[in-house]
Parts: sequence; structure tokens; C-alpha cells
Amino acid sequence: MSGERVYNVLIVGVGGQGIILASDVLGEVAARHGYDVKKNEIHGMAQRGGSVSSHVRFGKKVSSPIIKMGEADVLLSFEQIETLRYFPFLSEKGKVILNDQKILPPAVFTGKQDYPADVIAKVREKVPDALILDGVALAAKIGNPRVVNVIFLGVLSKYFDIPAETYELVLKESLKPKLVDINLKAFHEGRSLAAS
Amino acid sequence: MKQLMSGNEAIARGAYEYGVRLASAYPGTPSTEILEYIGEKYSNIKAGWAPNEKVALEVAAGAAYGGARSMACMKHVGLNVAADPFMTLSYTGVNGGLVLVVCDDPAMHSSQNEQDTRNYAKFGKVPCLEPSDSQEAKDLTGEALRISEQFDTPVILRSSTRVSHSMSLVETKERQEGPKELGLKKDPMKFVMLPAMARKRHPVVEQRLKDLAEFAETFPFNRIIMGDESIGIISAGVSFQYSREAFPKASFLQLGMVWPLPEKLIRDFASRVKRLVVIEELDPFIEEAVRLMGLTVEGKNLTGLLGELSPEAVEIALTGKSSAKSIGPIDMELPLRPPNMCPGCPHRATFTALKKNKVYVSGDIGCYTLGALPPLGILDHCLCMGSGIGIAAGLDRALGELAQGKAVAVIGDSTFFHSGMTPLLELAYNGGSTTVVIMDNRTTAMTGAQQHPGTGFTLRMDPTISADIEKLAESFGFKRVRAVNPYHVKELETAVAEELAANEPSLVISRAPCALLKTGRILPDKPLTIDSEVCKGCKTCINTGCPALEFVKIEKPEEGEKKRKGYTKINEALCVGCRTCFEVCKFDAIKEAS
Repeated sequence: MSGERVYNVLIVGVGGQGIILASDVLGEVAARHGYDVKKNEIHGMAQRGGSVSSHVRFGKKVSSPIIKMGEADVLLSFEQIETLRYFPFLSEKGKVILNDQKILPPAVFTGKQDYPADVIAKVREKVPDALILDGVALAAKIGNPRVVNVIFLGVLSKYFDIPAETYELVLKESLKPKLVDINLKAFHEGRSLAAS
Repeated sequence: MKQLMSGNEAIARGAYEYGVRLASAYPGTPSTEILEYIGEKYSNIKAGWAPNEKVALEVAAGAAYGGARSMACMKHVGLNVAADPFMTLSYTGVNGGLVLVVCDDPAMHSSQNEQDTRNYAKFGKVPCLEPSDSQEAKDLTGEALRISEQFDTPVILRSSTRVSHSMSLVETKERQEGPKELGLKKDPMKFVMLPAMARKRHPVVEQRLKDLAEFAETFPFNRIIMGDESIGIISAGVSFQYSREAFPKASFLQLGMVWPLPEKLIRDFASRVKRLVVIEELDPFIEEAVRLMGLTVEGKNLTGLLGELSPEAVEIALTGKSSAKSIGPIDMELPLRPPNMCPGCPHRATFTALKKNKVYVSGDIGCYTLGALPPLGILDHCLCMGSGIGIAAGLDRALGELAQGKAVAVIGDSTFFHSGMTPLLELAYNGGSTTVVIMDNRTTAMTGAQQHPGTGFTLRMDPTISADIEKLAESFGFKRVRAVNPYHVKELETAVAEELAANEPSLVISRAPCALLKTGRILPDKPLTIDSEVCKGCKTCINTGCPALEFVKIEKPEEGEKKRKGYTKINEALCVGCRTCFEVCKFDAIKEAS
């Protein structure tokens, strides 16, 4: 553990992308590592394709279950424009991990509005070292489109001082037995892609 | 070892550890998971979904009258439904402990208003406890049961979205049974609220409140944490955690019991700090009580009355600015991403048919409330659970010709059993030409697919009765009752037109399981295809609002290409083959999978 420091991780995207599972695993991993943990997400209407955000905080002692705006250390986003929607939460020293995917909101798929064209450029303008990966393609390569969330959990894991074994243990406990192997593969694929 | 639990999971765990024998609830965000966890994990608690919150509280009251520890759970507006038993339960008191868990939803993440439940505690003259994290949620469940027995009163445990749905570490213990002897005892002076008895109970209630206020002075969950004396913050619930986050060095009075309030403790705290501030969400509940003590206090002048607080909101309220160094917002207008009905949702099919009939639709609470949003924009009213039938009947009768043949009520199956049966009876009884459409998707969909009295299964998936809506309506005297599969959009459109033309109350049951349900599935789960050459780009299918359809714009048609603004594309990964778009396409561009 590194002193009094509290880690603030904000995971965002669209309902159905596996955000809750990824943040549940991260929270459990941090707890197993001995950290105090608080996490929060707004769900309930999450399955209906709405914008979803999950706050995960861990450290020696955590008070608020939600991150103070401007203090997120890492913003992990599973969808292009959702990244920008939650930007005010990011600290000026914060990191961005982005799944380069577009999921069209209703006003866009009904042809009323255009999907913003230059999202990636805007992200790079503010966070030049943003890590942008095509999770859908990576998951296809691994052989299951539903492991995108765990690939990014693997990427995220490199940003903290918790050993990979703890993640492996929690993943094994959280998943159906037949899905464990492919998710562990996805986790390590993500870990290898993270900037070390 | 400590376990990571949500507030709701911790309340369920508390029910288990502190000997609750019976729990009852109706689903409602953010309270739903409490009974789900009890159903899933704690088989020694008798638990089941009630048709509504009033019944849930009455079932819990029965158990408590018999000496058993009991729990009723609901969202804030659920207590409005349960207000009738609640207000007099305060007079009868309990026997075995009764904890009434009420989860508020400041900021209305999934609610129609942001009423503050603490007012009910004051109104009903019962104590109210408020946890700030999951450990406290579990501990205060136990305290609530103990206080309930000691002072012979129901106790409100008030949670909020950020407590119920946040996770934090919880120390668990073994179960202990409640102390009261179980049995059927005659005690009409206490349990039969005839005027003569109720008059004798009221002074008991007033004395109880005084005794509770005294108890609150030394209740260990009301605690002072002295720090910097220049500022003293009185807070409770998640607001306390936000305040600690924003001002870790300040002095605090955390209230685990927010009604009645410990006056001596508050005065003592006030005397030890220079500036006294109450940080609370929604109403100035604590603040006004503190001001009535004659103390100088700030609160809502800094935090406002609306929505949720947050660490930065608390900091800005007290200092005028946030100390966080944010990367800042991005200068770009982002399309909103509201929740939407799922691909294959039977409600979309029903609404598509209703839209063709050009009707005026009174609805209520459920996934179908989303039908108010564009592009469907079909719902004209949503007031509360079950409200649509009464509103449509009122419009129809009062407006006569202006509303005749246009007033339609829509209601889901779970909502119908919750509070749609009595207005349906009113409609049969007083008449009119209103057409009611029950959108029967065989579940309580909005809160995540809970069972109800029409599904044939209990909370724990034991087989049970399946209430028959058709027979019920017939027994009420309805002569016009018919069931239609909503995916046959044209057939439903015709059925609704015929019922609207009839000059008497009528009922159409639009029945198809929720598209997310695995059981009873009638969807083919094969995507439809579209011939983009045949598609004229008329957007009729797009205007059903299905997320599996995308309108591809054509800015400039190429040489020799027909003039059109664009065409529809079907997202095969999302389409489940419900055929709603197929039914509305006038150009036969959409084909079913072979």
C-alpha cells in the first residue's frame, strides 16, 4: 500500500457493456488486497441502453462513495462520447483508457443528430497519452465478443500496485466456470497492452 | 473477513443477523435488491413480493403483532401507498420489532419526485435511522429492530440511492433470533383502533416520542467527532461521507438517528464550534429543527433544496469553490443518451399501434413510461402507479365529445396488480367510453424482472397462482375484453380502433413477454433483413425508436440514383426479429429471416 493515497477510478459506457462486472471485480480485488473500498454506480435503468458510470475508490480510508469532480486518476471509457461526457471528473493529471467504439444514441440512430466526428482528437488534445484500443477487434481475436470489459480490466490493472494473481482469483470466483479461461486470456491480453 | 456489500445487501444481511422472520416488499428503485438478496440468500426468512407497498407493510405488521421481527421495504413513493397503515401503525405500536426500510432517490435517477422520507417520520411520530455506508446499513437495521421493541413503535430505516447502491466493507456475524415470544394474544386496547382506543393510544405516542428524544442523546450512532473548531458540520447519511471527504479536518456531529433529534447533544456540539452548518440533501429537516432550538445555523442557504449533494457540491457550498484540479469539460455538444426501450420490446409494438390510432394516452410508472420520449412521444400523462386508468376515465367523462374515442389508458401487468385493479373497477362501475390497454409483459420489467401475482411464480421461484386479468375484468362487469399479440401491430391497431368506437369501457390486453425474459419467449431471436435499395427512407420504421435500426443519411444522391434522404440499416447484432418494423413498412423493404 502506498500511504494515505486514495485511488479514484471512473468506469463509464453504455448499459449492457459489462461495466458493472468490471467495476465489481476491481472493487473486490482492492478489498482482497487490504484496501478500504467504496464504489457506486447508477443502475436500475442501466439495461435500457442509458449512459452508465461506476465509481471505484480504494486506499487506506475512503469516505465518499463517489469521486469528487476533478479527482479521478483514471477514466476508463467503453464508448467514445461517454468519455467526453465524464471528462469533468478527470484530474488534470488523470489517465484515459478508451475503448474505440461508437454506440449510437437515439437522436443519432433516428437521424436527428450526427455522432460527433472528432471525439478522439478532442480526447488527445487534452490527454495526449490517452490509451486508445479497439476492444471489439481484440475480443474477436480472442474468440468471444463479450470479453471486452475484461480486456480493459487487464489494461486498468497495470495502473495499480495490486498483483495480477488477485485479479485472477476474483475473476475465477465471479465467472461461470466455462467462461473463466477465455476471460483470463482476455485479462492478460489487456495487461500486456497497457503502458508499463 | 470483511465483505464488500451494497447498502441493500447489507440491509438484507442485517435482516438475517438480527432475527427477522418475515420480509415483504414491492420492487422499486433503489430498494428492490433488499428483498431479492433475502430471497436468494436467507431461506430462514419468510419473504415474498407483495402486490403493493401498503400490503407489504400490513403483512410485516401482522408478523410484528404476533411477536416476530419483520421488515417491509419500499422506495420513497411506495410509502405514499403504504401511508394509511403506516400512520396508524404508529398508534398500535408493534410487539416484535418492525423495520420499515424506505429508500429515497434524490436527483430522481429512477423516480417521479424527490420527496424526503424524514417528513413521514415526523408526521407519523416514529423514529428514523439513517446509515451513511453499508456497515451502518447493517448495524442500524439491528438497532431499528431493538428500538422498535424497546419503544413499541415501527422504525423507519431511511436509505438513499447512493447508500443503497454503493458498496463498502461489512463485518458479518451469526444470526440471533428476536427476543419476543411468538403467539396470538388478545389486546384490543392496543390493536383495535376504534376511536375510544385510539384516543388512549395517542398520548402513548406523544410520550414515546419524548422518550425517544431522550434515548437519542446517548444513542451511540449519534456521535461527535471533534476536529477544527472553526467549523462544525451536522450531517447524516451519505451527505456525512461527502462532508468528510470535502472537509476531513472539520468537526462533525453525525446523526445515525434523524428523528427525533438529540437536543442536548446538538446544543453541546453547537457550543464547541464557531460556525454551525447542517449538510443534508432535499428538505431543511435537521436545519429547521436546530433553528427552532434557537441556535444560529446555516444549511439550505448554501446547499439548496434540489437533487443530490456530492463532495464538490459540499466544498463549493462552504468555500465557494472546488479545490480539485479538473481537466475540465470539453467544448462540444454531446447527444444525450437517455434510457430506451430495448430492441424487441413489446411496448414499442403496442405504442406503434396506438400511435396509428391518434389517441391521447394516460400512463403511469414502468418501462412503458419511456414511450413519452422521442421518437414515439406517445404518453401524455404519468402521475403515479396506477394513475392512468382514473385519469383517462376522468378526461373521458368530463370532456364528453372532445375526448370520446381518444381517451386511452396504458398500464403494465405488475402495475395493474399494484394499483390498477381499483381504478378498473371504478371505470366499470361509473362507465364511460375509455379504452384500457394492459401491456402485459409477464414481469416487473423496469426494476429488473421481478415476479408478481400474474406470473405464476414467487420471489423464490416456487410455482404459485397466476392471477387472470381477463376473468378479473369480466367479474368487474367488463363486456368488452380481448387479448392481442402486440407484435401483430396491424391487428392490435384494428382492435384498439374497434374498442375506441364502442361507447362503453373496454379492455385490450396486449400480451407478450418482456424481450429480456428467457422464459416463455416468443421472439424468434433471428434478425430481420432490409433491402436498402427498396427502402425509400420514409423513416416510418425509424420512428418506432428501435435501437436495432439506424438511419443512414444520403447527403447527395449519386448520378442515376433515386432521390431519397437516406435509408434504414438493421443492426443484426441487436435485432431479435420482433417484426414491428416489418409490420409498419409500406414498401416491403424488410424481410424476415428465412
